[in-house]
Amino acid sequence: MENESRRGFIGKAFGAVAAVGGVASLLAMKKTWDPLPSVMSAGFTTVDVSALEANKLEIAVWRGKPVFILKYTEDMKPTDGRSVKVGDHYYSVMIGLCTHLGCIPAYRADQKDFKCACHGGEFTSAGINKFGPPPRPLDLPPFKIDGNTLVLGEEGPEYKAMMAKAGVV
Amino acid sequence: MAEFKPADSLYEWFDQRLGIDKFVKVMMTEYWIPKNINFLWAMGVLLTVMFTILIVSGIFLLMYYKPDINMAFDSVNYTIMQEVGYGWLFRHIHAVGASVVFLIIYIHMFTGIYYGSYKKGRELIWISGMLLFVLFSAEGFSGYMLPWGQMSYWAAYVITEIFGGIPVIGGDLVVWIRGNFYVSDSTLTRFFMLHVLLIPLAILGAIVVHFYALRFPHVNNEEGEFFDFDKEADKYLAGDKKGSKVVPFWPVFLSKDFFVLGFFLLFFFYLVFFHYDFAMDPVNFDKADGLKTPAHIYPEWYFLWSYEVLRGFFFEIAGISGKSLGLMAFAFANAIFMILPWLDRSPMVKPANQRPYFKYWFWFLIADLIVLTVYGKLPPTGANAWVGFASSMTFLVLFIALPFITKAEAKKIGGK
Repeated sequence: MENESRRGFIGKAFGAVAAVGGVASLLAMKKTWDPLPSVMSAGFTTVDVSALEANKLEIAVWRGKPVFILKYTEDMKPTDGRSVKVGDHYYSVMIGLCTHLGCIPAYRADQKDFKCACHGGEFTSAGINKFGPPPRPLDLPPFKIDGNTLVLGEEGPEYKAMMAKAGVV
Repeated sequence: MAEFKPADSLYEWFDQRLGIDKFVKVMMTEYWIPKNINFLWAMGVLLTVMFTILIVSGIFLLMYYKPDINMAFDSVNYTIMQEVGYGWLFRHIHAVGASVVFLIIYIHMFTGIYYGSYKKGRELIWISGMLLFVLFSAEGFSGYMLPWGQMSYWAAYVITEIFGGIPVIGGDLVVWIRGNFYVSDSTLTRFFMLHVLLIPLAILGAIVVHFYALRFPHVNNEEGEFFDFDKEADKYLAGDKKGSKVVPFWPVFLSKDFFVLGFFLLFFFYLVFFHYDFAMDPVNFDKADGLKTPAHIYPEWYFLWSYEVLRGFFFEIAGISGKSLGLMAFAFANAIFMILPWLDRSPMVKPANQRPYFKYWFWFLIADLIVLTVYGKLPPTGANAWVGFASSMTFLVLFIALPFITKAEAKKIGGK
């Protein structure tokens, strides 16, 4: 009996040590898989939009993601809460990954819309999903307007206003 | 210390120390297999051989492969394919082997379903087998990323993106799995580790469990007959080999297995040497480009059915988006086979064709999986999308209906 309780104590003591060690190692393992600090702080992308041609898609790269920048023609109406005014022109600025499974939709200049080849999703020129499996419009990247340039990755007042309108705080 | 007599031979010396005689008896010469089986019972040994072939060919590839996004593509397509002596052979064996192993897994799995080899004590054989299926799928997926071609990249992208559909933590989880905001060097290197170390270790462990789970419930037979293995074994050992319902694993069962294996290996190496191209997608000979989605993305043939279930739901139903529905259906499709022993409510262990209702279910399932596989490869536009939706729905309905169908079957045979 005495032996058993001593053995029981040893067992419990070991269990406690092992549990602490186990949780600590799990945490360390989780951290090892985290993106590296250099990845997290990966820089900002600056694009001069004044020289872009209307109705021709420009694709910038920000954090490894394609960012669509589309200058509107005179007859394209801006979409409230999605179109960005830089200088005298309106633009669509959005992450060019289909919100279904992340393929890159192609721009069809003649129909002024986007078509995703993977699963047939379609978006308007402002990136609003209009057909197929995409559950929501194309995501908007954080941006700041600085004269004629867009700084991707920085949250400017226009971006914050758009987010507030969309209900994202 | 135990008493050791001086050994009379080298064999005896080892036997004293390792108990070889006893080990061989337990594992081989007195491990009993039913006599009433056919060539479909050879698939387990075929899979063991295939796994060995994959490990050996993988070891040779591992010596030249570089898990770095700037070097991976060339290390495979230039170094291994053109410079290394017979490097092409090991690559083709590995690629064709990965495809063929799934063919045999599916035959093995549907043999089990057809003959009811998943119930009445054989549940753990089934579950460990399905665990192996999941592990092999993960192994196939992680390996597919390594050549770093366009299909490698976009398959990795689409599949890791799936985790983004998990509520609340989804977005962060995807970044955590990739080690970056997009599929990148960190992703490639960690999946390389998974492919060559962690998952193969897990597979080895699961194989041991799978084999061990067979020991007590024993291998099923063509008629689903239950009998006393000890009694039949005694009969065999007493010399009544003809009257006994069992044969020893070695040399009797395995010698027949080797015969089937011989045919299989001829088929396998025929593919390796003359038709390897089916396992080498041409799109994957373009280097990965994160800014250029291939016009049409599809997985290897063995994932097509679950891929089709994933994308079968392309519109919103009852306020739930197509993407979420597809994800739920995909999760369902991958998990539901695990609990098959409990979905089948009929006590009957018989080949499907002798079961009054189950036979329809079985052949419907096979037909549906073929439709899903065929349409999984086609672009999801127009009528294709609707066939995909209908066959995905059929898949879900078949599994939801299974308990009711088999319950009715149990009633019918009980009333007889």
